[in-house]
Amino acid sequence: MRAVYIVKRFGVFLLIVWLAATLNFFLPKLSGQDPVRAKLLAEASLGGYVHAGLEDMVNQYQKKFGLDKPLWRQYLTYLGAVSRGDLNYSIANYPRTVVGMIREALPWTIGLLGVTTLFSFAAGTILGALLAWPRAPRWIRWLMPPLWALHAIPFFLLGLVLSWLLAFKFQWLPIFGGYSAGANPAWDWAFVLDVLRHAVLPSLSIVLVSVGGWALAMRGMMVTTMGEDYVTFAEAKGLRSATIFTRYCMRNAILPQTTGLALALGQILSGAVLVEAIFGYPGIGALLFQAIEENDFFLIEGIVFTVIVALGFATFLLDVVYPWLDPRISYRQA
Amino acid sequence: MLGYLRRNLSLVVGLVLLGVLAAFIVAGALSVDTGNAQPLSAPALQPPSWDYPFGTDRNGRDLLAVIVAGTPLTLRIGFVAGFIGVGVGAVLAFIAAFYRGWVDTVIRSIADIGLTVPQLLVLIIIAVSLRGSLTVNQMAIIIASLAWLSPTRTIRSQVLTLRERGYVEVARLNGMSGPEIIFRELMPNLLPYLAATLVGSVSAAILASVGLEVLGLGQVEAPTLGMTLYWVNFNAAIINGWWWWWSAPLVVIVMVFLGLFFLTVGLDEIANPRLRRSV
Repeated sequence: MRAVYIVKRFGVFLLIVWLAATLNFFLPKLSGQDPVRAKLLAEASLGGYVHAGLEDMVNQYQKKFGLDKPLWRQYLTYLGAVSRGDLNYSIANYPRTVVGMIREALPWTIGLLGVTTLFSFAAGTILGALLAWPRAPRWIRWLMPPLWALHAIPFFLLGLVLSWLLAFKFQWLPIFGGYSAGANPAWDWAFVLDVLRHAVLPSLSIVLVSVGGWALAMRGMMVTTMGEDYVTFAEAKGLRSATIFTRYCMRNAILPQTTGLALALGQILSGAVLVEAIFGYPGIGALLFQAIEENDFFLIEGIVFTVIVALGFATFLLDVVYPWLDPRISYRQA
Repeated sequence: MLGYLRRNLSLVVGLVLLGVLAAFIVAGALSVDTGNAQPLSAPALQPPSWDYPFGTDRNGRDLLAVIVAGTPLTLRIGFVAGFIGVGVGAVLAFIAAFYRGWVDTVIRSIADIGLTVPQLLVLIIIAVSLRGSLTVNQMAIIIASLAWLSPTRTIRSQVLTLRERGYVEVARLNGMSGPEIIFRELMPNLLPYLAATLVGSVSAAILASVGLEVLGLGQVEAPTLGMTLYWVNFNAAIINGWWWWWSAPLVVIVMVFLGLFFLTVGLDEIANPRLRRSV
């Protein structure tokens, strides 16, 4: 059963990859654009005059890239290239490949999102559980309205306010980039500290917003769980309240939270793209922002494709782990 | 009525926030020349003063005029995309949940798979492919192209619980046809829920539009809230200490999001009275 379930989930993942690649291939064709011609024209007009042989050049390039072949041939070639991990060259930074540029940016984003998501998930879940617990300290209840309000605001808006407050007004933290200009990227304390200092503002704007969301969801689940008969029974047995809280309530309420995590990944990433763009944090988001500014179509496509594949894979992993966390879900159902 | 509103505080907060904003925009539209939302209509980079209560930006736009002209544009994107999203989503959800079978499987799978994908990135690809900078209406349509996914999923699960109720059974025994049951029995019972979903989608659509605009995919000359923030970022207004440039659009956007959020919570409470006791 287990193997069938995993294979099925993996099939969904492959389907997502294929859909993303197909979308990437056909969308630009639908709009009838021609990135090569557009780029050459732009270059030519930058130079001040339009080259007489421009049409020939376009044709040459199209032959070189196989753009004169029938559509289905191009599509198959494209799928083949993508499956080999070849996402073409960056148009704006020509000799560099899209894959190379993404590989450079990816660790930054994974680091930023990994740490902030895990932290806010853990903190929000615990906080939400306490919010619903009648015997929790009173002051926790006061956190509710601000968390609620913060949760409704997009990451990057909070980022704007934080950067004004902490970077401009008090000048405690650097406002831009992943490390100081001129810093020597090496594995020593000075550089690591520098990187951490630069990561504080982007992380803070993600964490403060998402903690509220997790806390609210967890609180809702806790309230439902605490109404269950087995909790009343545990109380009647005279179990310690800490045991009831952690083993009876939290353990059960946390499961839908994990499904929520799988569903929220896409949203978190969409938000983080903007945070990186605002702070110039050298991850995928800032790269995407730069690609949009430079009209670098292949790079934009490559980033979107990579992110969809990465998130699809993360969802797949969570799907596989989930039945193991929650014995109530059998592999067969999903 | 008043007694109910006292119990449903979220609804009141949401309505008040949006009401204040609407009153401000209407009053502004009557008294402010929105032509000043165009560049070079005021001296550049003036901090707030009697003549320019919200200050002016680097391109010589009167920021009060920008807010008054731009907020309705941003809201329009949200409402157009939200309405299309919930409309399409509701139809698909009713079809899927009421008829079940392979139609349901197909619709549910598409919605489920679509939702795991980061929507903003797909919107970026669509926007970039269609190029030529996007007008406000095009932006709304593009956002609507994905806005139906989430309503489809949530409304479907609601319909699934409703279709097993006794009154639907009775309607079926009375010989009502499928569409008739959907429109005369199911729809009216789901109205508060649909309203809550609509408000949620409007908010999500506004978030998406602001996101696309901040990344530079909006209409350059449109004074929407998102484009204003794009210029703020473009000109590094924060490091330069031009606080008035970003604070006005920021306050308005926060008011919009908070208002819509509390409205959703309030409507949810109407739609699902059981929440009232527990949460």
